[in-house]
Amino acid sequence: MKAIIRLFSVAATGALLAACATTGSGETARSASARDYPDRPYPSTYRPYPGVPTALVGATIYDGAGGRIENGTVLFRDGEIVAVGDAALSTEGYTRVDGTGKFVTPGVIDIHSHLGDYPTPSVDAHSDGNEATAPTTPDVWAEHSVWPQDPGFTRALANGGVTALQILPGSANLMGGRSVTLKNVPSRTVQGMKFPGAPYGFKMACGENPKRVYGGKGRKPSTRMGNFAVNRQTWYEAREYADGDRKKRDLAKETLAGVLDGEILVHNHCYRADEMALVMDMAKEMGYRVTAFHHAVEAYKIGDLLRENDVCSAIWADWYGFKMEAYDGILENAALLRQAGACVVIHSDSDQGIQRLNQEAAKAQAAGARMGIAIPDAEVIGWFTLNAAKAMGIADMTGSLEPGKMADVVLWNGDPLSVYSRPEKVWIDGALMFDALDPKRRPVSDFELGQPGEGDVK
Amino acid sequence: MIRAAILAAAFGSALALSASAAAQNFVVTNATVATGDGSEPIEGGYVVVENGQVTQVGSGTATVGYPAIDAGGGWVTPGLVATVTSLGLWDVGAVGESNDTRASRSPFSAALDVAPAINPNSQHIMIHRAAGITRAATVTTPSGSIFGGQGAIIDLGADGDAVTRARAFQIVSLGESGARLAGGSRASAHALFRNALREADRFGEDARIPGRASRPAERDPGDDMPLDPRLVAGNAERGDDVLLTRFDAAALVPVVRGEQRLYVEVERASDIRSVLALKREFPRLDLVLVGASEGWLVADEIAAAGVPVIADGLDDLPERFEELASTQSNIGRMAAAGVKVAINASAMENPRNLNQFAGNLVALAKMPRASGLSWGQALAAITSIPAEISGLGGRAGVLAPGAAGDLVIWDKDPLEVGAMPVRVFIDGVEQPLDNHQSRLKERYRDLDESRLPKAYDW
Repeated sequence: MKAIIRLFSVAATGALLAACATTGSGETARSASARDYPDRPYPSTYRPYPGVPTALVGATIYDGAGGRIENGTVLFRDGEIVAVGDAALSTEGYTRVDGTGKFVTPGVIDIHSHLGDYPTPSVDAHSDGNEATAPTTPDVWAEHSVWPQDPGFTRALANGGVTALQILPGSANLMGGRSVTLKNVPSRTVQGMKFPGAPYGFKMACGENPKRVYGGKGRKPSTRMGNFAVNRQTWYEAREYADGDRKKRDLAKETLAGVLDGEILVHNHCYRADEMALVMDMAKEMGYRVTAFHHAVEAYKIGDLLRENDVCSAIWADWYGFKMEAYDGILENAALLRQAGACVVIHSDSDQGIQRLNQEAAKAQAAGARMGIAIPDAEVIGWFTLNAAKAMGIADMTGSLEPGKMADVVLWNGDPLSVYSRPEKVWIDGALMFDALDPKRRPVSDFELGQPGEGDVK
Repeated sequence: MIRAAILAAAFGSALALSASAAAQNFVVTNATVATGDGSEPIEGGYVVVENGQVTQVGSGTATVGYPAIDAGGGWVTPGLVATVTSLGLWDVGAVGESNDTRASRSPFSAALDVAPAINPNSQHIMIHRAAGITRAATVTTPSGSIFGGQGAIIDLGADGDAVTRARAFQIVSLGESGARLAGGSRASAHALFRNALREADRFGEDARIPGRASRPAERDPGDDMPLDPRLVAGNAERGDDVLLTRFDAAALVPVVRGEQRLYVEVERASDIRSVLALKREFPRLDLVLVGASEGWLVADEIAAAGVPVIADGLDDLPERFEELASTQSNIGRMAAAGVKVAINASAMENPRNLNQFAGNLVALAKMPRASGLSWGQALAAITSIPAEISGLGGRAGVLAPGAAGDLVIWDKDPLEVGAMPVRVFIDGVEQPLDNHQSRLKERYRDLDESRLPKAYDW
């Protein structure tokens, strides 16, 4: 009965609050920042786990960048992709894994998740995604809320093939705080999951949520115009700070200055087309760019504007109707965006949906086909791999099967765009982290030890 | 692939059908027929519909002179049956004025009858009709009391008359939610439940409310619809320690007599056992379990009790402490133990995801240690089994002689992601498939406003 409960708790509790963002630039913060930021005090301690040199042979390969190879070969060792090609590639020195009749894709990436900051069990004590005490909280960082023992991470790996994900603050606030990008690797600490070299994201939200949350408290903003007024004033003050000597520590303004510098990517929760157009103008006014609109159920109405502004839309396949600003959601959103030449990312915003991003993408693809927009399978795979990586600023490291990139790889037991297929094996940086054929090669979080169903197929 | 023949309607465009369209006699030929009874599909099959009912199903060529619809080898199934839904009860989830699913401030609980609140013309129903759902159970959510009220069985036909059977079942919450509604403890929920049934039993006797077996002839409404006991003017004296209103007590009379099914929301294994044990105190209860995420732990007991289950299809996370053992293999394991299981439409984002959920259960068959369903079983879990639980056994959710002429011609395997109906019939009447979403899709097929604004494109 959860869906019904959630449907009506959205308005009341903001349990569904979320945000979204993408960048078409592919620029990442892998290289040293132009500025010496005093903001890396919680560095990633993630190190790839041991793997063996592996050759996946005989499978159909989708490389994530639009390529498809029948009876292909993928070679990886020391955590990196070495080569991707056809059956002629030599596999000498590699352990061969027979993928005949199976499919290989890059690791699945979810650009919009709340695993860890809204973990299961979904109890009040775990409600750590919305610092809903002020309409702008650029000073909070999602990583300080992430509970690495959230069982949801394990399901995303085993059923969804998810190897990387962005954890966002919720959308109660106009400015919800910094996101964190994680490797989907079990860890005792969030630092042990942090994706090395990933830029920070910044969660913003337009529309109903902020005005409802703060209007309900009898304070500004209580309207959409209030939303913009608060945002603009906050940006102007941030600009003043950024143009100054930046000597005084101010966590909120440091985040905003990072956005103005282009170092922190804006992921903006926004549903309505008219509001997205206003937000894009606000970004121009203030001198930042929106990397991605998340949810964006009306993106199809402004595909041209989104293309011109190089803004991705991170969307669901079929959610609609749960709130007024979601009333015009249609199945064809992704296909129409793609027809307009705009960037498409399929996101989840759900501990269930993250297990089926491949299926959601297939639904969106099928809706397009029905209206005469044919989109090749190989391109659709990119909606939940390379496009997500681009919009998260990690595309030079992961998101596609290309030599030198991280060996984040999924072997599917069938066509990944079919409901009948599931991940059979998942590698992260070349380490086998899930194997459907090995009962012990699946993570069990601390929380689930000794509980009924521990280690069960889930 | 569906051939164009199918799209050229055999007897006029669906759009031309009026709300009072009469049922046609027709035969669907050259179809992959899946009857919904659990069997595997029939290649090269046909279905004959006469006077609104299925009269023949077979393979080969039908020997009837009715207009033929050539399915071009495409798939034909009974219309899908969504059980435990809010279909027709809301326009926008978070817009309270448009949402009749909850009534936490009502003076009544069990007496709530959803039938007069259902809007057959809502987008909610139109969108799901277009998704191939032809019948549903609609019910209000327990919100002010453990009792949610009386649900209705509806059809999704475009005739303005949705309710097939009012007061078809009562719903009660006896898990974590029920405990909260009862004042904070399962103990209180069970005390409230027992008290309510005893008050109803006593009131039914004292007020001499006639039951199904003893209904006076002059009160016979002329069909199998039992009298609404709430409307009986029984002047029974009641004690001064009653908790239930007279109206609520009367509404529970058919429940305690086993004349109205009682849907019980329950997840935890121990809670399921407590519910099954109620039969010892109230032997005539006609129970149905709803949710049952830990049902697999007590599957043999559920099977032995002969209680059907409307189960959450893909829940696999400990969303609550009552769902620690949840797994996608739950339904497969219960079915293997002999439990009659339907998929719960309320445990997904929208009921139109029913076929995707069913397909996911088929996918589990390929996964080591997982338990899924065969393709035929999975279709049955969203057609004939929910129909049987709804009191429509043999009359809906199945393609068999005597069943309603509810059938859907699909554009692909109906359990595959993205499958959508090409044509939908209810009681032999072809249904319009347009709705707000399909119109938006057409308006925004292009973004050309060179001659006039989009608002003139309709």
